[in-house]
Amino acid sequence: MMNALNLPILSLITYLPLVGIVAICLINNSRQDLIRWVAFGTSVVTFLVSLPLYFMFDCGTWEMQFVEDVPWISQFAVRYHMGIDGISLLLVLLTTFLSALAILSTWTAVTERVKGYMASLLFLETGMIGVFCALDFVLFYVFWEVMLIPMYFIIGIWGGPRRIYAAVKFFIYTMSGSVLMLVAILVLYFMNFEATGTYTFDILDYYNLGLPGNIQMWLFLAFFVAFAIKVPMFPFHTWLPDAHVEAPTAGSVILAGVLLKMGIYGFLRFCLPIFPQATIDFMPIVLALSVVGIIYGAMVSIAQDDIKKLVAYSSVSHLGYCMLGMFALNVDGLKGSLIQMINHGLSTGALFMIVGMLYERRHTRLISEYGGIMKVMPMFAALFLLVALSSMGVPGLNGFVGELLILIGAFKASLAFGMVATIGLILGAIYLLWMYRRVMYGQITKAENQNLKDMTGREYAYLLPIVLFIVWIGVYPKPFLKTMDASVDHLLETVNPRTSARMDGAKPTWLNDVVARVDFQQLAKGQGR
Amino acid sequence: MENAWLIPAFPFTGFLINGLFGDRLKRIFSGCIACTAMALSFTYALALFIRPLLADVPLEAFERDYFTWIEAGTLKVAFGLLIDPLSLLMVLVVTGVGFLIHVYSIGYMHDDPGFSRYFAYLNLFAAAMLLLVLANNFLLLFVGWEGVGLCSYLLIGFWYEKQSATDAGKKAFIVNRIGDFGFLLAIFLIFWTFGSLDFQVVMAAAPDLFPAGAPTLTAITLLLFLGAIGKSAQLPLYVWLPDAMEGPTPVSALIHAATMVTAGVYMVARCSVLYALAPFALGLVAAVGCATAVYAATIGLVQNDIKRVLAYSTVSQLGYMFLGCGVGAFVAGIFHLMTHAFFKALLFLGSGSVIHALHGEQDLRRMGGLRARLPLTYWTFMAGTLALCGIVPFAGFFSKDEILWEAFAGGHPLLYGLALFGALLTAFYMFRLVFLTFHGTPRAGAETLAKVHESPRTMTIPLMALAVLALVGGWVQVPLVAAGKRLGAFLAPVFEKAEHLLAAGRPLQHAGAWQEGLLMGLSLAAAIAGIAFAYRLYLARPQLPNRIAERFGACYRLLLNKYYVDEFYQSALVEPLRRLAEGLWRGIDVRVIDGAVNGCAQLAIALSGRLRRLQTGYVHHYAWTVVAGACGFFIYILSR
Repeated sequence: MMNALNLPILSLITYLPLVGIVAICLINNSRQDLIRWVAFGTSVVTFLVSLPLYFMFDCGTWEMQFVEDVPWISQFAVRYHMGIDGISLLLVLLTTFLSALAILSTWTAVTERVKGYMASLLFLETGMIGVFCALDFVLFYVFWEVMLIPMYFIIGIWGGPRRIYAAVKFFIYTMSGSVLMLVAILVLYFMNFEATGTYTFDILDYYNLGLPGNIQMWLFLAFFVAFAIKVPMFPFHTWLPDAHVEAPTAGSVILAGVLLKMGIYGFLRFCLPIFPQATIDFMPIVLALSVVGIIYGAMVSIAQDDIKKLVAYSSVSHLGYCMLGMFALNVDGLKGSLIQMINHGLSTGALFMIVGMLYERRHTRLISEYGGIMKVMPMFAALFLLVALSSMGVPGLNGFVGELLILIGAFKASLAFGMVATIGLILGAIYLLWMYRRVMYGQITKAENQNLKDMTGREYAYLLPIVLFIVWIGVYPKPFLKTMDASVDHLLETVNPRTSARMDGAKPTWLNDVVARVDFQQLAKGQGR
Repeated sequence: MENAWLIPAFPFTGFLINGLFGDRLKRIFSGCIACTAMALSFTYALALFIRPLLADVPLEAFERDYFTWIEAGTLKVAFGLLIDPLSLLMVLVVTGVGFLIHVYSIGYMHDDPGFSRYFAYLNLFAAAMLLLVLANNFLLLFVGWEGVGLCSYLLIGFWYEKQSATDAGKKAFIVNRIGDFGFLLAIFLIFWTFGSLDFQVVMAAAPDLFPAGAPTLTAITLLLFLGAIGKSAQLPLYVWLPDAMEGPTPVSALIHAATMVTAGVYMVARCSVLYALAPFALGLVAAVGCATAVYAATIGLVQNDIKRVLAYSTVSQLGYMFLGCGVGAFVAGIFHLMTHAFFKALLFLGSGSVIHALHGEQDLRRMGGLRARLPLTYWTFMAGTLALCGIVPFAGFFSKDEILWEAFAGGHPLLYGLALFGALLTAFYMFRLVFLTFHGTPRAGAETLAKVHESPRTMTIPLMALAVLALVGGWVQVPLVAAGKRLGAFLAPVFEKAEHLLAAGRPLQHAGAWQEGLLMGLSLAAAIAGIAFAYRLYLARPQLPNRIAERFGACYRLLLNKYYVDEFYQSALVEPLRRLAEGLWRGIDVRVIDGAVNGCAQLAIALSGRLRRLQTGYVHHYAWTVVAGACGFFIYILSR
């Protein structure tokens, strides 16, 4: 596809934050507010520049749009190839949107080394956008690894008491997964040469490779480990609570909002289209792990006494839904998975912001330190409740749309998994409402809570935009769902035309088989007459 | 009818105004906005109802998809509304009773600091409930379903500083979610089976696609019923409703008696065709309804909190409605839903008036002798009580009797007998309540008694209006009289198909009018026996109840503690779940999974510690290694 704007807009969006970093570096350390404003301004401009992507996006095609493709390292056939389709569009927008709000959310919480902090956040933004836009393996890998560095510093320098442990764990754990992916990429590179006689790192070229089954399996596994750690899927999730608890608010917002989507995006961009056979072979295992993650994450959330950890574990549960929808391998599930990525970014991002607001006021995240906060912070209470409801999937808010589509998809793929996953909705209500009750309701028992101030203008400024989208997607998701139509259909055709047709058109013959064992008519006769 | 969306839109607008600007509005404006919104919806619905009545034509069903809500793959769900006799009747009940309760609330909540928040929630509830009854597809119904559950949560925990209130709210939401789990599964199944979630499409396709008793339909209807059990507080998920009495009393009247809890009955009636095709599920509906009716009534016998007695009575009466639907008499179930909305709202508001007069006292043991001091409250409460007990010519008589008759005529003598026994219990606990509250010697403190006064006009006028409805509400469906069954005729188009299907599978009934008259006398006798029994125990010989309680101590304690079901759930479900969560976190997550991760790191450190020793730092070690390596290399080259 040609570039509709005649302008390398994707590169522009990707590197705009770097311009902001240069500007920040020129400012004197002592002028903290100026640094903040420049960083925020840069991210807002980035967001505004990214908006035309949505309006100029052609929903009717699955092909890449806004493409930039020039040689980069010619001797290895590495190209600078950028482009987005219906799968990455919303993720790019989510990234630019959340980055701006995240910067605003740590305005006063970070007062030391502000310059480095803001530069890290902007650098991170570049890395994230790059990952979603890159269509060349090497380019992708560069952005993928580049993201780790600023995140490592954000947790390690501006984090909580156990920040070094958390940062190192985060870095090494995700890095070790990525290395496997790198090996797999190189194997693909050489196998492609053997098959076609040309060297290429272009991701789209691999879609038609048609690898033999056993090789697909090994390569799939290598990618799987890399992405499963990043998602994170059960049982690769233990870096997440540590990283979240120690990270500053903006770090948590970006981590939950965007970084956790990288793994799922990776599955969609690489595993499904390049290894269709392995995808179908591994489907039951991935579905099982997803469902376990949904229930397990929710159960562990119930036990938490630290609000931030609770939200972190709830992410494990929510991302289980995303994985479940994707590996249901049908239109409903896949679309649900995509929209749920956005929803999770908004809802959980907002929850971390809310935890940050409480933390800035009281400097504790323990649930037991709160109670009765609604009395002193009524507006905060209302918005907190709304976000919590969105996270537990109440209809009319965004979470429901995603979970519904995912569960319908899962149901089509497997009755048992669909049913067990639905239990997650009950558990979601339990941990969120219980936490909300203990934090917001009741009498104020701690004297320190007596004089807490309600939300400030700046806090409204970064929470209300998210709330707007939470309601919008819940009431009228069409503008968001329609962007993914063509790409999702095409992706499913790539994975396996036979499979997708079978799974969408199936009639529930299983039901008659299963339920026929219980003779209802016999039971009915025996009853009450 | 084009603008049917206005019906839920009015209260929703009221919610937005009160929710966003409530703090800055004067109290009287907050209240007026909320009431006006309800009045507008009611007027609109009334116009829809009366127009065909005046023209003497049957109501024409109206259906319209306003916009597409969710579209993905094969799933397409519209924001679509359906107005047919059933939904219009529900709208009239919700907006009519709702309006009266809104007005009452102005008086009841007049000095509450959360006045505008209260009306915002109440309007939001009305909007969600109207969406629930007007939805033309399962998913939109589910939106309203969850919406009313949310408002119920918010209003039960309205006094958020009270621990018991917020706990009750949370309990209500979570128990409802268990039911919703079934509802959602049913929705998935329906979508998969029929490829659509539209009521009309599903109901039209079901009889052609499936024979009666088809397993698929049985599964769907059972799962739907699980949802209904949760929302309508039936066995075994009824436990949230008595606790819900922690909310303000008008809320108990509107949400936990008149409207929201009847949503399950409405849903079963809406799916009458599916249930008619699933005899097992239908039988289960009847059995659960009947069991709940008697079970809850027995608990109601001994409770000492005025609102809890009414709460158990609500659970019991909802059981009657399900019994009606379960024996295939959907009209009777909906009829009882309507009359119950009138008299139970009246009873709750009346109890609110008593509580208001006694400054928050809810314990029957500290009431008594209030008849002279609260005459209006007393007489209206009496009207509600007579209606609930099923005394001619009050509304409850007609609706309850129709259910009993249909149960008997449908060939379920056991269910009939139990339901009749339930009617006796009902009359007993209600008159026990009346006698303990209004008759006998005053047991409240002298100070409290001195300040007792009749409630303000905003509260008594709704009481009187509802008392009139509790009297005449049953006259729309009179048995044994030609052309007496006007409600049945009105609802006929909705249930036609289900009744046709049911009739096909059942032998013709030969029960005649004399039987119906006889049974009517029997149920009247049961009610009067209950009243007489209550009179003897609580007015004639007031020391007798204590003696009985002592004599049958174990039995009494069992009832007083509600069969220890809450305790059972706590120790068999809640605690194990909490402990499991704790165990999963500390045992599995921290020890096993994270232990493995950190173990890998430890292993790497240990191995590298060993490898490090190769780097000794002595030059001669390195020199020897170089020499050895070189030798090895040469040998390898030469030996090739």
